[in-house]
Amino acid sequence: MLTFLILLPLITALVVLAIPGNYRFIIRCVALLGTLETAIWAAILFFRSIPGTPDYQFEQLVPWISAGGLHVNYHVGVDGISVGLVLAAAWVGFAATAVSWDVERESKMFYVLLMLMISGSIGAFASLDLFFFYFFNELALVPTFIMIGVWGWGTDRQAAAFRITLYLTLGALVALVGLVALYTVTGTLDVTELQRQLAGHPLPLKTQMLVFPCLLFGFGTLVGLWPFHSWAPLGYASAPAATAMMHAGILKKAGLLALLRVAWPFLPDAVAYWMPVLAWLCLGNLLFCGFVALRQRDLNLLIGNSSLAHMGFAFLGLASMNVIGLTGTVLVMVGHAFLAGLSFALTGWVRQQTGTVEMPRLGGLLRTMPFIGSAMILCFLAGCGVPGFANFAGELGVLFGAWKGAMYGLHGWVLAAAWGGLVIGGVYMMRAIRLVLHGEPKREWAEVSDATSGWRRLPFVALLAALVFFGVAPGILTRRIEPAVVEIIRMAGQRALPAAPPGATAAMQR
Amino acid sequence: MNSGLISIELGVGLLGLIVLMADLWIAPAHRRYLGWGAAAALTCLLVFGLGTLAPQSGTGFSGLYVVDPLARFFKAFFMLSGVVVLLMTVEYADRLAVGLSEFFALTLFAVTGMLFAASANDLTMMFVSLELITVTFYVLNSFQRGKLASIEAGVKYLILGALASAFMVFGIALIFGSANTTQFPELALRQRELSGSPIFLTGLAFVLAGLGFKIAAVPFHGWAPDVYQGSPAPATALLAVGSKAAGFVLLLRLLFGAVPQIATEWRGCLGGLAVLSLLYGSLGAIPQRSVKRLMGYSSIANAGFLLLGVAAVSPAGSIAVLYYLAAYCFTVLAVFTVLCVVMNGSDADDMADLAGLGVRSPVLAAVMTLALASLAGVPPLAGFIGKFLILRAVIAAGATHPGYYGLAAVAVIGAVISLYYYFGIVRMMYWGGESQERSGIAMTPGSGIALLVCVVGILYLGIAPHGLLQLSADAIAPLQPSGAAVVLSEHLGVVTPGGASR
Repeated sequence: MLTFLILLPLITALVVLAIPGNYRFIIRCVALLGTLETAIWAAILFFRSIPGTPDYQFEQLVPWISAGGLHVNYHVGVDGISVGLVLAAAWVGFAATAVSWDVERESKMFYVLLMLMISGSIGAFASLDLFFFYFFNELALVPTFIMIGVWGWGTDRQAAAFRITLYLTLGALVALVGLVALYTVTGTLDVTELQRQLAGHPLPLKTQMLVFPCLLFGFGTLVGLWPFHSWAPLGYASAPAATAMMHAGILKKAGLLALLRVAWPFLPDAVAYWMPVLAWLCLGNLLFCGFVALRQRDLNLLIGNSSLAHMGFAFLGLASMNVIGLTGTVLVMVGHAFLAGLSFALTGWVRQQTGTVEMPRLGGLLRTMPFIGSAMILCFLAGCGVPGFANFAGELGVLFGAWKGAMYGLHGWVLAAAWGGLVIGGVYMMRAIRLVLHGEPKREWAEVSDATSGWRRLPFVALLAALVFFGVAPGILTRRIEPAVVEIIRMAGQRALPAAPPGATAAMQR
Repeated sequence: MNSGLISIELGVGLLGLIVLMADLWIAPAHRRYLGWGAAAALTCLLVFGLGTLAPQSGTGFSGLYVVDPLARFFKAFFMLSGVVVLLMTVEYADRLAVGLSEFFALTLFAVTGMLFAASANDLTMMFVSLELITVTFYVLNSFQRGKLASIEAGVKYLILGALASAFMVFGIALIFGSANTTQFPELALRQRELSGSPIFLTGLAFVLAGLGFKIAAVPFHGWAPDVYQGSPAPATALLAVGSKAAGFVLLLRLLFGAVPQIATEWRGCLGGLAVLSLLYGSLGAIPQRSVKRLMGYSSIANAGFLLLGVAAVSPAGSIAVLYYLAAYCFTVLAVFTVLCVVMNGSDADDMADLAGLGVRSPVLAAVMTLALASLAGVPPLAGFIGKFLILRAVIAAGATHPGYYGLAAVAVIGAVISLYYYFGIVRMMYWGGESQERSGIAMTPGSGIALLVCVVGILYLGIAPHGLLQLSADAIAPLQPSGAAVVLSEHLGVVTPGGASR
């Protein structure tokens, strides 16, 4: 079933490729149908997955290579952590396809690349073999570069495409070095196999210390961990709406998922050693990027920076190392997937109608586009963590987790700063609402049109509905996430060094 | 004496002679069909000759010549590149003023030399086969006699090639003087006593310098950019793929078949050369405007990657080298075939000539993008698996010496830089502004077949690596018994700590 989900967008891409380029309408309809079906099947998968078990479900294993000392299987499966992400990927993928209705130039290639992105992200979330995880992740990354360069906005889109390419490739390669180093010690990159092998026999300290920094900084770059984040706002500001939605919303989470799946359970000593560093760096995301967002004039740069701030919450949750913190992280990941998708879809609409996202030039848009305006208000409220949206539940979990974590050496005032980050988030979101939506309507925007037909509203409604649904009933997610997280914590409890209270890091330095 | 062993080589050489003879009876206008004929015949030799008819293993000519899985792997490799290069030459025919048949014949003779090199089990055999390759390339590189750049390429290759041959023959003399034999297996038996002999070690270093010239590794790389730029594109392609691979098969045989113990001791030196080649090639490629010149620098950088696999001194490293070479073969041939087609009519190969290719010919642009992405190591293409295997071998070797982690770091840096300059070409093709030419691009069926072979190869090796990986593992088996793994494990305690850190 997961293979089917991964293949569905690929098959759609092949069908689109076969249609001559001038039948734009048919191409769009095929792409929409394909992604809609993917989204529906992902929803079915989500609700058919059994909550309350840490096991992998819908597993499938096909041998791929076993020669020359290399053993790799195609192995897919979801647990409670990834099932929500698969759902988000398919859902946001559908919305991204729907908002790309107006892409005129070379629309065929655009849709093919978008389908590759969707397929790659679902594949990355579903892969239980880290080789395939990397493979799918790159499959989704390469279209990102091309789409920004070809269909992007602004004069410096090529510079943005180059920067994002070099940063993300460097990050991916560094992570690959870590994975290969792990492979040379264990002889497998299969997560389930690693679990079996390392249960009770944790990796030697030397290996952990070698592998973990590669993974942290490699995957961290992919997620936008401060100070390796500078590709993100620029890239998102230049990217077409669909690409920004898929990358900021979905693809970025792959790095977090890998850290959660691999680094935390299998390299617990290294995690404990690096935890203070991570806590400091995520402060960079929360405060630095927050302050930068405060000063932006470009709406997309603001959202790009705010999405980095949200990643700060995810990292803070990871650093807390307890059940509620990690659960909160996963909730933030899922919530932010819908949130970032919605934000970039909305700004994409505004940019398409007005040709700009410079906030001082906009204003009073709520009058001319009431639907988009209202959706944007809701979206920004969700962005500053108002209860009732999925993000609130996640951020609350992370703060609780960090509070509990504060007892084990995570500095208390890291927590205070995180709370401050929330306040900053509120400030810039409110400021954006005032500048863009409220105030006197400007005459030059009198002609802009709102999303009026139900068809046009569908992608926005779908994403908002998901945000509210998981905000009101986060239990549906947490019941699935928690057992998997408990399992991770259990694995993380098996240290190579005897577990010791806070002073343990000093011993490890020797 | 078992002359059946060299039937493939005889067949290819004979084919070259037939092409030369046929030239007498064929009107100049029809001579390009000779290329078709030669390509078809070479394909038959590859499929039937190598596949079934020729002996699958054996040693002949008093131990000079060996047929084993490693030799067969590389023979298939060289013949396949030969077929693609011949098809490419048909496309290129109009730009060669005279002597088209000679070009075909010389290509076949170069392939013959490579086939012998794949089986060389003796220093003299190695020298003779390398000379056969080099001498044909002196002519091939300067084939466009009306073009100054081509003459320059030929002369540079001639002078530096002669220098390298001199190094090698001097080294062989020193080795023979100290060891009284030139055969690899006998050297392997006596390497313990020989490793103490300074004359032997000097000779070995000289031979390695000669091979370094073949594979275009720093510091024997000086010729590569000029020669790549000036030579006719098919000659450059054969040089980039065949000549480099011939250098590597000999390097593998010499280092791991004859002197595995010394190879382990010298791994620091090999790693150092790999790092230098990688960085020099990658950094030198960045400012280039000529695509062929850029490929010359990229060839140096790729030699660095391949040397990393050799420096790992492990079966995994050798497997990686074989896989990387196969992937490199398909991608580089694809790049040069596209260049052949696109640069039709213009002598220059400035990157600006590629501007707007995405509009003029989406298929060619897509193939070029695929090939460059594979060179840059983007999954799911062949080049990614190659780079992955190299990285794996280097990191696994890190358990024996921490210096290898430094090598892995350099490999990552090299890979990122390479992405930058390869994507410079891609950018030029898709959004490099308007070109003067708006017309579509005609392609002969031969180039179509060549490109199809390359694209299938790139995708197949990327998506289903199992088959070739198995072949590579079988191919390096002959290097095993006396080879790297055993020696490395028994040798670990003896290695001096400074060995690999340089």
